[in-house]
Amino acid sequence: MLNTPFTNIHIGLGAKMAEFAGYNMPISYTGINDEHATVRNNVGVFDVSHMGEFILKGPDALELIQRVTSNDASKLTAGKAQYSCFPNNNNGIVDDLIVYCIEPNNQYMLVVNASNIQKDWDWVSAHNTNNVEMHNISAKTALLAIQGPNACKMMQPLTDVDILNLQYYTFAKGTFAGVDNVLISATGYTGSGGIEIYFEDKDGNAEKIWNKIFEVGGPQGMKPIGLGARDTLRLEMGYCLYGNDIDDTTNPIEAGLGWITKFTKDFVNAEAIKAIKAEGPKRKLVGFEMIDKGIPRHGYIIKDAGGNEIGVVTSGTQAPSLNKAVGLGYVATELSAIDSEIFIDVRGRLLKAKVAKAPFA
Amino acid sequence: MNFPSNLRYTKEHEWVSIEGNIATVGITDFAQRELGDIVYVDINTVGQSLGANEIFGSVEAVKTVSDLFLPVAGKVLEINEELNQAPELVNTDPYGNGWIIKLEVENVDDVAALLDAEAYTTLVS
Repeated sequence: MLNTPFTNIHIGLGAKMAEFAGYNMPISYTGINDEHATVRNNVGVFDVSHMGEFILKGPDALELIQRVTSNDASKLTAGKAQYSCFPNNNNGIVDDLIVYCIEPNNQYMLVVNASNIQKDWDWVSAHNTNNVEMHNISAKTALLAIQGPNACKMMQPLTDVDILNLQYYTFAKGTFAGVDNVLISATGYTGSGGIEIYFEDKDGNAEKIWNKIFEVGGPQGMKPIGLGARDTLRLEMGYCLYGNDIDDTTNPIEAGLGWITKFTKDFVNAEAIKAIKAEGPKRKLVGFEMIDKGIPRHGYIIKDAGGNEIGVVTSGTQAPSLNKAVGLGYVATELSAIDSEIFIDVRGRLLKAKVAKAPFA
Repeated sequence: MNFPSNLRYTKEHEWVSIEGNIATVGITDFAQRELGDIVYVDINTVGQSLGANEIFGSVEAVKTVSDLFLPVAGKVLEINEELNQAPELVNTDPYGNGWIIKLEVENVDDVAALLDAEAYTTLVS
């Protein structure tokens, strides 16, 4: 099992630890509900250093990104980031990712899921026919997500970058907590605002930054947050998790990722995905909330009122901020409209639910 | 972690206290920690007579669900109604207000045969 630069800090803080994507990661510290509320109401810090980062450099870098991703990276100017995915050749998704434009046409950073680092690296490398310079900097890159409504205000004293005015999905490089060359990005996976900071793990930088963040934030109620609350926070927002809601077998259209699928350019499998869009997908990824008491879980079967199987739950949880159980799942297109009545097979009992708009409210 | 010496324990991480032939059953401090925040205790076996190790309900935590196994054969008499409003009692007071069911035990000697606190501590350490 691999460690992040912060693994020993988590253990020292008494976090419940578990293996995730090959890394020894904190699942929770004080409890998921408390951590979830901390991020929604104040500020929480996530170690997400397990994520993967690739640097693509050279005159053909944009051309390669345009071919392997579904969104249109040519729209990006320096300091802008974009959510995207790598479609595969079989109407599925290799991974979802964020493309960071460091220098238009010439230098980009791709941030990918920890569990897919090797798969993504192989996939992009296989399409790299024009010798774009590629660097996998995943192992040496530390990443903290500092999330919550007070995150920017609380962290502003630590940096020369104007993070209070950093627009969503933009980034800047600067000094943070005395460490140079930190990439500060107004992104995140919680729906509560805040920043993510990327920096090289060398000369004790990771520990220095962690300690400085908590020196400033700790007295103001900032807390470390585990992967458990990261999942409930993203699920309340309806954000997809690769491996749960999207994978090698789900196409971007049925997954609701049409908005990051741009047919104004050519990319891997574009023609087939275009045909799916034109015809209309047979099933759709929808949000739903439980009406009967019970909690949906990944893999539970979704049925119609007649007991016929119409789909499957891909993510589910009790939503800590909403005091109700919610989930995401694929259902037959006929039953995908908001308020459609569906039933979740919760361990042999059919419990009523309804299709609902995400973010859940 | 706290494992009171006056209770008996199972390998499935339940505790049992007995008074006459009526047992009170809950989950251990270890179990509630492993599960995390509990949001729902689901039991629909009240009135049923079940064998030892049969499933009598389940506990839903935010991230996971776990079956509850009857520690000894008997009839499920009642559930802790307070848990409908406050399931978190299982986390905050697992041996007290977080009890889960009362059970009419078929054979009280079965309870004595369960793990004592020392044996259970060894099991989870």
